[in-house]
Amino acid sequence: MQCDQCGERPAAIHLTQIVNNAVTQAHLCETCAAEKGIQTSASVAKFPLSDFLASLGKGTGKAETAAGAGEPCSFCGATLADFRESGRLGCPQCYASFEGHLRDLLRRLHGSTQHVGEVYLPPGGSAEDPARRVVELRDQLRRAVEAENFELAAELRDRIRVLE
Amino acid sequence: MTLDLSLVPDGGIAWADASGPDGHIVLSSRIRLARNLQGMPFTIRADQAEHEVVLSHVLSAARQTPDLADAPVLRVDGLDRGERQLLHERHLISRELAALDQNGPGRPGAALVLHGDLGLMINEEDHLRLQSFRSGFALPEAYASLERLDTSLGQRLAFAFHPEFGYLTACPTNAGTGLRASVLIHLPGLVLTKEIAKVLQGLSQVGLTFRGLYGEGSEVVGNFFQLSNQTTLGKSEEDLLDQLVKIVRQVIEYEEEARRVLQRDAPALIEDKIWRAYGLLRHARLLSFEEAMNLLSGVRLGVGLNLITDVGVYTLNKLMIFTQPAHLAHQAGRVLTDPDLPALRAGFVRSLLEDDMRRRAGGA
Repeated sequence: MQCDQCGERPAAIHLTQIVNNAVTQAHLCETCAAEKGIQTSASVAKFPLSDFLASLGKGTGKAETAAGAGEPCSFCGATLADFRESGRLGCPQCYASFEGHLRDLLRRLHGSTQHVGEVYLPPGGSAEDPARRVVELRDQLRRAVEAENFELAAELRDRIRVLE
Repeated sequence: MTLDLSLVPDGGIAWADASGPDGHIVLSSRIRLARNLQGMPFTIRADQAEHEVVLSHVLSAARQTPDLADAPVLRVDGLDRGERQLLHERHLISRELAALDQNGPGRPGAALVLHGDLGLMINEEDHLRLQSFRSGFALPEAYASLERLDTSLGQRLAFAFHPEFGYLTACPTNAGTGLRASVLIHLPGLVLTKEIAKVLQGLSQVGLTFRGLYGEGSEVVGNFFQLSNQTTLGKSEEDLLDQLVKIVRQVIEYEEEARRVLQRDAPALIEDKIWRAYGLLRHARLLSFEEAMNLLSGVRLGVGLNLITDVGVYTLNKLMIFTQPAHLAHQAGRVLTDPDLPALRAGFVRSLLEDDMRRRAGGA
C-alpha cells in the first residue's frame, strides 16, 4: 500500500482517527507521518519509562552533577538517582525540584504536560486566593483555546502571568 | 486479625453479578483515581509513623463523606498473606497494597475502605486510590459515583495538585487526572480467529493498552483482557472515558463478528471446543487454575452463543473468583501450597455447576 500523502513511499503507519464519532483511516509513510507530527507507537516505544529513567543523569554535562546525584529535593531529600532506580518520586515537591526533567518525561509519556481535566481547589482557600484564581483562569484558558477564542485566550494568559 | 468479609455487603463481588450492560462479553468496568496528600512524602519514601498519619487523615475524611460514612475498614497490614492474596484475587486491592511481591508482613498503614461499588485503598503507591467497580460495561456510571467521592474527599483533604501537571502522583505515568479506567473483557472469538493481535496493536495506536486478568504486570488467562487508557495527562477525564468507551464498543462489535464467522465457517469445530470444555468442567477430578480458566472461557463462549443454556454467566463469574488459589485455600481452611488444591478446585466447580443446573431446572 502506498502512502496517502506522497503516493511514493510504502505506507508504514495506519492511523485510525475518531472525530465526532466518524472513523477515518489514513495510511502514511514514516516521513509523511513525521511531517504531520504524528507520534507513532514505534516512536513511543523507543522511549519506555525504564529506558528514559536509565538515560537520566547519564547524559554529558551538568545534568548529572546538578540533579542526578547532587541537589536533592528540598522537601524529601530524594534525588534523580533515586527516581531512576525506583521509578517513583519521593514527594509532591519533587515535581518542582526536578521540574525540567519531569516536564520532558511527562511529554514523552503522555504527549503533553498540561493538565486539562478536573481543576482541584484545596479546602479552605478563599476565592481571592491568587493560587486558586490561577487555577480557575487556567481552566477558562483551556476552554477558550478549545473554543478557538484566541483573543480571550491571549487575555487570560496575560492575567495568569501577572498573578504568577 | 482475621479477614471478615461478612462486614462487606456481597463480599465485595457485586461487580461480578453479570447484571450490567453487555455482561456476556464485558465482565466488569472499573475506574481508579490516584491522589496524594500535600506536604507528605509519597508512600515509598514515608516511614511507618507517616503511613499512620496518612491513614488517620484519610479515614477521618472518609467518615465525613456521605458515601463512606458507615463503610467498613479493612486493615490490610493486619492480615496474613493468604488473606491479602484473597482480597487481590477478588480484585478489591492491588498487588502492591497486598504486598504480594515481598515476603513478610503487609505494608504498615495499608487499608481498604469498601462500600457498595466504591472502594478506597490507603497507602498504596499513592496515598489514596479511589476505585469504583461496576458489573458489565458501565464506565460512565462508575465515573459518576467516583467523581462524587473524589469531590467530597477533596473538600476535606489537601490533595497535591499542580496547575500545569495536575494531580501529582508517585509515578509520573499517572500524573494529571490520575485516572485509569478499564474493562475486563472476554474475547475468545478474536483469539480463535487469530484477529486479536491486530486489535491489540490497534489499541496502542489510539493511546489505550491491555493487560491480563489482574491488571498491571499480569498474564492473560482464559481469554480475559483488561483494556484501559495508557495516558492520564493532557486529556480531560471525560475525553479519556469517551475514547475508551468508543473503542471498547468497537472491540465488542469485532468480537461479535468473530463469533459469527466461527459459527458460520467452523460450526462443528467450535461446538466441539465448547462441549469438551463443558464436559471436562462437569467431570474432571483435578484442575489447575489456568486449566479451569481456559475451560470456563469455552463454556462462557457456549453460553454467549446460546449453545449452553443450563449455566448462568453469574455462576461462571463466581467460578472464576472462587477457584483462585487463595479463595479455595481460605474456604477449605488449607494453606496456599496445599497439594490438594487441584482436587478441591475440581470438586468445587462440579458442585457449583450442578447447583446452577438444578436451580434452573427447578425454576423452569
